[in-house]
Amino acid sequence: MSTGMSADAVTDKVADTVADTVSVTGWGRTAPTAARLVRPRTYEEAVAAVRECGARGGIARGLGRAYGDAAQNAGGAVFDMTGLDRVHAIDADGGTVLCGAGVSLHRLMEVLLPLGWFVPVTPGTRYVTVGGAIGADIHGKNHHVSGSFARHVLSFELLTADGEIRTVRPGTPLFDATAGGMGLTGVILTATVRLEPVETSLMSVDTERATDLDDLMARLTATDHRYRYSVAWIDLLARGTSMGRSVLTRGDHAPLEALAEGTRARRAPLEFRPGRLPAAPSFVPEGLLGRTTVGLFNELWYRKAPRARTGELQRMSTFFHPLDGVPHWNRVYGRGGFVQYQFVVGHGREEALGRIVHRISQRRCPSFLAVLKRFGEGDPGWLSFPMPGWTLALDIPANLPGLGGFLDELDEEVAAAEGRVYLAKDSRLRPELLASMYPRLGEFRALRAELDPRSVFTSDLSRRLGL
Amino acid sequence: MKDAFGIPQSLLVLGGTSEIALATARRLITRRTRTVWLAGRPSPALESAASGLRELGADVRTVGFDALDPDGHEAALGKVFAEGDIDMVLLAFGVLGDQSRDENEPGAAVRVAQTNYTGAVSSGLVCARALQTQGHGSLVVLSSVAGERARRANFIYGSSKAGLDAFAQGLGDALYGTGVHVMVVRPGFVRSKMTEGLAEAPLATTPEAVATAIETGLRRRSETVWVPGTLRVVMAALRHVPRGVFRRLPL
Repeated sequence: MSTGMSADAVTDKVADTVADTVSVTGWGRTAPTAARLVRPRTYEEAVAAVRECGARGGIARGLGRAYGDAAQNAGGAVFDMTGLDRVHAIDADGGTVLCGAGVSLHRLMEVLLPLGWFVPVTPGTRYVTVGGAIGADIHGKNHHVSGSFARHVLSFELLTADGEIRTVRPGTPLFDATAGGMGLTGVILTATVRLEPVETSLMSVDTERATDLDDLMARLTATDHRYRYSVAWIDLLARGTSMGRSVLTRGDHAPLEALAEGTRARRAPLEFRPGRLPAAPSFVPEGLLGRTTVGLFNELWYRKAPRARTGELQRMSTFFHPLDGVPHWNRVYGRGGFVQYQFVVGHGREEALGRIVHRISQRRCPSFLAVLKRFGEGDPGWLSFPMPGWTLALDIPANLPGLGGFLDELDEEVAAAEGRVYLAKDSRLRPELLASMYPRLGEFRALRAELDPRSVFTSDLSRRLGL
Repeated sequence: MKDAFGIPQSLLVLGGTSEIALATARRLITRRTRTVWLAGRPSPALESAASGLRELGADVRTVGFDALDPDGHEAALGKVFAEGDIDMVLLAFGVLGDQSRDENEPGAAVRVAQTNYTGAVSSGLVCARALQTQGHGSLVVLSSVAGERARRANFIYGSSKAGLDAFAQGLGDALYGTGVHVMVVRPGFVRSKMTEGLAEAPLATTPEAVATAIETGLRRRSETVWVPGTLRVVMAALRHVPRGVFRRLPL
């Protein structure tokens, strides 16, 4: 009893002291703005935080992996949801989990893998929260099979602008507005998520090289359906006949019998031990990742990949989250930060994709984390990003001269091909293009106007794009 | 909101007829800026500056503002901020004065100081508070190399810019961590109507070049910008020239 009381006292103190004005950025470390950071630990504190957030409103924030300004709110409140970090219930037979919105996918993997379950969708990092995964309606390497994260959400509790907590189920307008709604419909408090059964924590991976963009797209079109997970790393600095050369890595969870008898892996097949390197230093000189260094890296990365290799066993962290091995890897771009650009164009728009890849390679954008993926069916969220077609994601140092204008030109190409850019990664889209990229934006705005007429839920992203 | 490259969507110009400010506004409008407020004394020149920017597609409004009337700053600028967030304030007003006349007419000299310094202190503080409340924004202050070291030929103007420069630097430090970015821009001799008829100094530049430097500075979140950049080195050297020598230099 006494410990419970002291824990509450500590919570109160923490809640008081963290309501400080701090400078906040996204993962790309551009465009910092100041906000009051509030860290609710309970439903009551969350309700109070929303009620008291003031004229400039508030926005939920998880682990800050959105690249742009989605989880920033200049002059207002930012709700740090990582305080709601409890895994409430696991149905180990049926394969569902009920957890707080601030629980990370990393935590879920730690808890669920030993029970033989895996998260239904994981992006390129484990360090996103469940709330953020729904808010951005994230996708992973299995999108062509499993769709986006929200497709596996059975229900969630949403704290809305009126201070009420609603239970929201799939198939309702509020669910579809919230999935991909970038936190603008309310604060997600808990979610029930359907899981994926696995026999081991290892991945069986096939690797192959594609010599150019056409080769890559042909391979993805022909054989992607054989794999649950599929992604291609693409060398955007390669020009001429090797433009778009890539390394495909595709695979599935390794079955138990794939593990050799008598090995440590076989004895503990569900062990989850992601490796970790030292963190990136807090100061990195600007321009470390220029054309020369990135060009060299890309050359080596391409050459070191086997032309074709099948059935290689990889750890999950290696296959899904290689960058999570280096904490604060976003610092390698230096003080100026970086911009992520991810767009999708539909099937039949391969020409537009080719033109964009050509322009990027002609421009020599130093990008070493570029990936291409073939999406499956679109998702029900009104502002969900995926649509059937091709998505390309790349990162570019923000200090590259003329980058803003160049990306504006790419936007034009994407919009003309009826594609869209990903809001969770955006930090620079021109607002005029938004409505054509997201045809259901009108419905989203109408629902928001009704549910939250005073715009309690506001972010820098929503201000910038007029969401 | 500013984008990842620091380009604002809304701009408030204090000194709405300044050529440097208008060149900057034109440049920013081609990128992202949609709302522009031109603050200045009501005049045909202010209105024609506004219509010039409107032709580029921006929503441009003018607001009455007089640097010499600090008591009116709160009301005039408060009205602008009440209409919506301002992502960038460009403090661009200033007068050159006429050194030889002003030396004999203290009243005229004081007006230079009041415009360039006192007016900027007052309006700068009003804007700084508003930006701090909204939690973001850039305050870009047009200083001058003339403020770096007083010269015989224009020390009245130079001293007013020295005061402005020191004020803006201090303000930038005071606002560090509040989401507000203060950038001091120090151009050299700029060919414009303000300097018409004056003998051109070395490393002379243009309003467009200053505009380009401001755009780059916004992207880098710079705190000090020299235009042209070489002036930084030149002035670093000149700052250390002994007085006896400096006063004999043909500057």
